[in-house]
Amino acid sequence: MSPILQAVLVITLGVGLSVGYFWLSNLILDNVLFPAKGINAGRNINLANAVRPWLFLFPAFAAMGLYLAYPVFETLRLSLIDRDKADAFVGLANYRQMMDEPKFWEALKNNFLWLLVVPAASTLMGLLIAQLTDRLRWGNIAKALIFMPMAISFVGASVIWKLVYDARPEGTEQIGVLNALYTFFTSNSPEVWLTVPFWNNFLLMIVLIWIQTGFAMVILSAALRGIPEETIEAAVVDGAGPLRIFFRIKMPQITSTIIVVWTTITITVLKVFDIVFAMTNGQWQTQVLANYMFDKLFRANDWGVGSAAAMVIMLLVLPILIWNVVSARRELR
Amino acid sequence: MAELKLTGVSKIYGGGIEVLKDINLDIQQGELVVFVGPSGCGKSTLLRMIAGLETISDGTLEIDGVRVNDMPPSQRGIAMVFQSYALYPHMTVRENMAFALKIAGKSKAEINASIETAARTLQLEPYLDRLPKALSGGQRQRVAIGRSIVREPKVFLFDEPLSNLDASLRVATRIEIAQLKEQMPDSTMVYVTHDQVEAMTLASRIVVLNNKGISQVGTPLELYKTPKNEFVACFIGSPAMNLLAGKITGTGETTTVQLDGGGVATSNVPTLDSDQGAHVNIGVRPEDLYATEPNANGASLYSGEVSFTEALGEVTLLYMDNNGEALTAKFIGIHMGLRGNTVALSAAPDNVHLFQEGLSMLHRAQRS
Amino acid sequence: MSGIAGQRSSLAWVVNLSVVFLVLLWLFPTVGLLISSLRTADQISNSGWWSALSTQESQRSPVRIGGDEQDTDSGVAITGTLFDLDGVDISAWGTSSRRPNEFAPGDTAELKDGQTLSVQADGTYQFTAPESQEGKRLPRVFSTATTPPEFTLDNYNTMLFGGGSSSISKAFLNTFTVTIPATIIPILFAAFAAYALAWMEFPGRAILIAVVVALLVVPLQLALIPLLKFHNAIGIGKGYMGVWLAHTGFGLPLAIYLLRNYMVGLPRDIIENARVDGANEFRIFTRIVLPLSFPALASFAIFQFLWTWNDLLVARVFLIDSTGQTTVMTNHIVELLGTRGGNWEILATAAFVSIAVPLVVFFAMQKYLVRGLLAGSMK
Repeated sequence: MSPILQAVLVITLGVGLSVGYFWLSNLILDNVLFPAKGINAGRNINLANAVRPWLFLFPAFAAMGLYLAYPVFETLRLSLIDRDKADAFVGLANYRQMMDEPKFWEALKNNFLWLLVVPAASTLMGLLIAQLTDRLRWGNIAKALIFMPMAISFVGASVIWKLVYDARPEGTEQIGVLNALYTFFTSNSPEVWLTVPFWNNFLLMIVLIWIQTGFAMVILSAALRGIPEETIEAAVVDGAGPLRIFFRIKMPQITSTIIVVWTTITITVLKVFDIVFAMTNGQWQTQVLANYMFDKLFRANDWGVGSAAAMVIMLLVLPILIWNVVSARRELR
Repeated sequence: MAELKLTGVSKIYGGGIEVLKDINLDIQQGELVVFVGPSGCGKSTLLRMIAGLETISDGTLEIDGVRVNDMPPSQRGIAMVFQSYALYPHMTVRENMAFALKIAGKSKAEINASIETAARTLQLEPYLDRLPKALSGGQRQRVAIGRSIVREPKVFLFDEPLSNLDASLRVATRIEIAQLKEQMPDSTMVYVTHDQVEAMTLASRIVVLNNKGISQVGTPLELYKTPKNEFVACFIGSPAMNLLAGKITGTGETTTVQLDGGGVATSNVPTLDSDQGAHVNIGVRPEDLYATEPNANGASLYSGEVSFTEALGEVTLLYMDNNGEALTAKFIGIHMGLRGNTVALSAAPDNVHLFQEGLSMLHRAQRS
Repeated sequence: MSGIAGQRSSLAWVVNLSVVFLVLLWLFPTVGLLISSLRTADQISNSGWWSALSTQESQRSPVRIGGDEQDTDSGVAITGTLFDLDGVDISAWGTSSRRPNEFAPGDTAELKDGQTLSVQADGTYQFTAPESQEGKRLPRVFSTATTPPEFTLDNYNTMLFGGGSSSISKAFLNTFTVTIPATIIPILFAAFAAYALAWMEFPGRAILIAVVVALLVVPLQLALIPLLKFHNAIGIGKGYMGVWLAHTGFGLPLAIYLLRNYMVGLPRDIIENARVDGANEFRIFTRIVLPLSFPALASFAIFQFLWTWNDLLVARVFLIDSTGQTTVMTNHIVELLGTRGGNWEILATAAFVSIAVPLVVFFAMQKYLVRGLLAGSMK
């Protein structure tokens, strides 16, 4: 069967089945199990209303349980067993093996570098642009253009930036902007930038910063708009200059939004895979955890160490997860 | 059209917060009963319990003699008009009105007939195919009312229906509701408001709610003339009734009270001999006070300096002060230049209320 | 603050100029790729894309002359033009790669066996030989010329309709096949769950909301092996079904979160009024809540579309098998990067085709995207 036909079938079936499920289960609930008639009408209606939420929740939570919650525990289990020894429990052996690998430490070190640079740079750039475009007549157009990379895949962005970093042999004309500028201004020979250890990490980070700045900008821009105009006008009347207004009046009022943006980008950074995979594949000391894990799982076929690496990512995400849950619960109250 | 009977109704939220306690109330067919009270007194909660939008923690609610505690809203035969109108924004006026009827399985012809009638009554005919966002506030309010009329409910419930309208529209719509009630003399209506003018003008009976319970039930004039307690006395009427502390010095058919501020008040509320020397509060409405010369024994009701005046045109409000004891008086007409003067005031014995420990002594007399 | 009196306009200039600079900086890389995809392989490798916008002098790639022979008194002649372009200005030319600038325009070169060749500044040439050159290789012309900007859609033509191993038409269709069901199915599941979490009273609701918030940040890396095992166990292995299910599962937390946040904001009165009107929960949901939640549904649909379209990891793990029949755009590009890393005309075109669809969606529905972002992160 052709995939397109299959897709149409799946859409129809999926939509049909889920609508059918909700409709039918409600029908049965209201008319067969607890009919709203007779002497027990009131009691039945209350019973039906107690059951109904679970009907509504079941498909989504079953899917999430299977596709997100269960894998966390299964990965934990996989990281503690050895596939080659008939799934024997090996304790922390996989973790120990992973820690003995220099590539792991390189990935961890790079990940921390990413965590340090990308959220900070994106948030600051986003905040800067949001503030600059705030009162601009063509601000919305400017923002749309800077926001645009959000729609571009990490792979597409990698190709775009690979062209920027491209290097041609000395003597021929450079077609990568970076080398063109570099050779023009320094008269050095061109560099193959992506192979220059340590600094190449930053070249990869620029790709993500380029993408995430738009995200930070959109949200911070809305937060700036949300600041009550009166507080700013009051500051103007009090004689505060633009800088003071920004740092003393606006910034404090959007702190919580800045934190949200920062953590959201942090999570994206922890999961970054495509960019490294497409641009260097972890060579030249650019390895990161997600790519290291992918490497272990699908190239070395070592599920134990791969799962251990995945657990390390989970561990890094955990503080943010807990913080999110706590603040969500606080809001519900 | 129906009767409503509440017996021992209470509301306790999860966490043990009690909002309403032991509410007993009979609402007769054809009445328009208004719930008033300060914000947070539970008047909206009580209405929502009647509607079935809140569960009843204790007690019973009967509509036409049938216990409806566990019935869902749609089966109680009620219709509700919300403060925010709650029109379905994605449906036209016609669809808004038809929604409930369709669910009830009415035929197309029936639905159209009801909508036409309601639209004519409420002058909504030109707007039937518009979306709510294309209507003014007053029109939306009429649609909300129309939507409840077409359902022909036993009881209409109104939850502060006028509070989202501006002042002039509020008066106009209030009159419309009063006229609507006259057109449907048999329908029972329950109306919640915090605005006492609405309560006084619309109600056949007012229920004043305070402190988790009912303070008083009565016709608007009963509440004005013979408030059962200080709370109702102060809540009904604007500006609020003045309360002055004193001691009973003369009992019998008329009562004399020596006021702590130095004045003397005479009230037509009867008292017993045993009341001699009792500490009481007298209540006098600002509009019942008139200026007087202090008589020979210096016995006016109150004498103090006018610290501030507000001229409203048809009346003038005087804010008085007598060594820290404040009082408000309302004089008909314009009275300029009184500020800073000392004025003595009196009131007719008929208009002087007596309260002991917050409760009206008149009602005590009737009780015993 | 435009209305405030006495503000300096120099500041406004600085702001305007810095925003212009930032916008250009942000656009520059993408524009480079777009322009590159519109140039020929030779142009890309001979000069930076930024020089394609202006008239410039460059060494042209060699052109082998050819055409019909005409008999003349002294043998045969071939005339033609080197470039299919207007506005070419040749400054020097030659016939060997060692000396590409041997002759000036208008010169006549004496070649072997009595052949002659002359090239004019505008690129027209005349070749003469004593006898017919049928079946022989004609000389190549090297030239340095100033040419106006020139662009071509050939790359797109080849990549989309050309067939061959680097063609992206199949990957393009496959990507749609992955994306559409993976966008639609989770919306339905999520909408019902979000409604229950927003408007129904039941014990444990707060905990379930917390669970959704927690699952929102669980890295999907953890799901790869367990789910691959699971898919193999239930017999769907690698394929579309697997990737649809995976995207549905991974998209649900965000979908529920966005939709719940939106639905909670719907006026309580409207929903209660529907209850008084006698609507049951199913009808309230389909007739009132769902139509009113359209903006949130649209936001999530855009998110999920962009995410599934741009995804590489999930497709690689759950879809793409060794046959290569089920490759998607992102994966195809990664493979091209490996095998055709230097062929920028191929890479740039493939990348731009893959970017084009999300960009169209982005600009058409930006309003909903922004709204969704805000709902997702500002509480």
